[in-house]
Amino acid sequence: MEQRIAVLVSAVIGTLLIALFATVARSARNTGSANDIAQSAARWRRTTFWGLVVLFVPTIAYSLTKTPYGHDLREAGAVVQATGHQWAWEITPSTVRAGQLVEIRVTGSDVNHGFGVYDTTDRLVTQTQGMPGFTNVIRHTFTTPGTYRIRCLEYCGLGHHTMVSQLVVTAAQAVQ
Amino acid sequence: MTGSASSVQAVAEKTSFTGAPPIPGRGLVATYMAITAIVLALLMVFGLIMRASQAGFITVPPNRFYQLLTAHGIGMVAIVGLGGAGVMWYFLSRYVSLSRGILLANLVCFLLGVVLVLGAIFLGGFAAAWTFLFPLPAKPLGVWGVEATACYLIGVLLVGVGFLLLYLDTARAILSKYGSLGKALGWPQAFGKSTADAPPPTVVASTVVTIINIPAIAVGAVILTMSLVNALAPSFRVNALLAKNLIYFFGHVFINSTIYMAVIGVYEILPAFTGRPWKSSRPFLLAWTATMLMVLAVYPHHLFMDYANPTWANVLGQILSYTSSLPVLAVTAMATLANVYRSGMKWNVTTSLLFVSIMGWSVGVVPAVLDGTIAINRVMHNTLWVPGHFHIYLLLGVVAMLFGFMYFLGMSTGASDSAVDRAAVWLYIAGGLGFAISFLAAGAVSVPRRWAVHDAPWMAYDRVGALFALAVVVGAVAFVAAFLRRARAIGA
Repeated sequence: MEQRIAVLVSAVIGTLLIALFATVARSARNTGSANDIAQSAARWRRTTFWGLVVLFVPTIAYSLTKTPYGHDLREAGAVVQATGHQWAWEITPSTVRAGQLVEIRVTGSDVNHGFGVYDTTDRLVTQTQGMPGFTNVIRHTFTTPGTYRIRCLEYCGLGHHTMVSQLVVTAAQAVQ
Repeated sequence: MTGSASSVQAVAEKTSFTGAPPIPGRGLVATYMAITAIVLALLMVFGLIMRASQAGFITVPPNRFYQLLTAHGIGMVAIVGLGGAGVMWYFLSRYVSLSRGILLANLVCFLLGVVLVLGAIFLGGFAAAWTFLFPLPAKPLGVWGVEATACYLIGVLLVGVGFLLLYLDTARAILSKYGSLGKALGWPQAFGKSTADAPPPTVVASTVVTIINIPAIAVGAVILTMSLVNALAPSFRVNALLAKNLIYFFGHVFINSTIYMAVIGVYEILPAFTGRPWKSSRPFLLAWTATMLMVLAVYPHHLFMDYANPTWANVLGQILSYTSSLPVLAVTAMATLANVYRSGMKWNVTTSLLFVSIMGWSVGVVPAVLDGTIAINRVMHNTLWVPGHFHIYLLLGVVAMLFGFMYFLGMSTGASDSAVDRAAVWLYIAGGLGFAISFLAAGAVSVPRRWAVHDAPWMAYDRVGALFALAVVVGAVAFVAAFLRRARAIGA
């Protein structure tokens, strides 16, 4: 969902900006009154500025309700400890149940690592950093059973790209 | 978009620079730009090699890949800094009295630092990425030695010392002329009732760069030194989160300052061709002051996925990520469009690259702001989306500004654009856009960044990216060759 929003917004606004610059580039061969253009530009500047402000305020406000920073205060159904080592993940337990709130406590034993959770379609669904001396907590409810890949998302040296593990999510009734 | 050679010459003759007194450090600036040109081309080739390897076109062993990654990253940050400093110095020296000795000292420190960094990477095997996140430099698991770590950190420190000297000199010169940094920023005109002419855009931008880079380099020196001590005496440890904050404050401010230095070329050169002076209007002054404050505080957007970082800092990082786009989109982009619109200007390589650079900066802001949204960053951070957005405003922004400035310098020798130069502009723009989009598309499907080896489903993006990267390199090599042919004459 978030990826689609990012692609759509970038494509639309990026294309509009390129079209705007291309249009102005083509206009350069003609001449116009510098004063008139400056006054018009000042109006456009005010419109752009306040238009962006009006767009940004609700966008920022809404998006800040979606941060992963501890909004969900329910008791977790399962707790997973994930520790990054050069160059392997130690994940205990490595199986959780779909539908339950899972608390994943992520740290790094040596250097910084990134704990990236990829769903069954190989899309990133959440992540946090695994830092030495700190524990970052992901609280996530897996809705679809399957094997979720864990990839390192912080460069950690020669074996960075080999730091792949998995978290198995079973169907809710399978464990019961 | 480009005009004929004769029209280029005709426009050049009309510019305010023809007949202007010679710049005292013109030869040194030409040397800056020649080094910039050569290093840019070399580092672009490194980038092409990495993309070609990820695509499976060639095989680069992971240790070599990560060495190239480190060299490409630190090299690009440093070289656009050097090129930007060349642009800033060239134009700022028209308004204030700068020291050529300091300009030379910066270059000497830079070259000595580069030798150490390259030695650390390609002889010592150092590959901790340009961000050298603590404590990776000292914990390579046997891949490189402590000597390589020390060489890298000291090398970067040396480059920083050179830049610090340069900014201390710009601070001295600006203070001597304007009396205070506030006056040089145009605060009496922006916030007071002064009706006197505000300082020119070059002085305003240079003052901002000076103010932000002195603390940024000082902070960078602190974490470099702490990392060095840790490498030599592992019992000395640093809080990993504090280290990240220091590194990203330094890195974010410095890389942004390279754009602020290079955009001075747009302020000075484009109006000379359009005949419409770039004025330090009140919105311009307010935008630069706002930019200065925001760039110092926005860096926590690099730490969104460090949940242990204070939430207020990360929330501030998101808010400032959005507001930082306002000066770029509402002021700089709008002023550029107004400057060019129906100006009667004939396009040449210089003006084309400078105009495109503002487009690249503006377009690159969009995916950057989106990534600066915490909820989106959760699924985009450290994917290829990140190099996607920063390659737009670096490749098509600051680097285009630097190449545009090089062609501008070349015009002073009487040289005119060739068909190859004009073709290279199109190749560079198309290649740059395609290259960046291949990164963004891969990031949107969650391909991680900084992976030496890619899974088979990701390679289609890599192949497209590698082909566009080749186009960028070919275009850039044409720019570099053209500048090097003219560099000696520029200096003379």
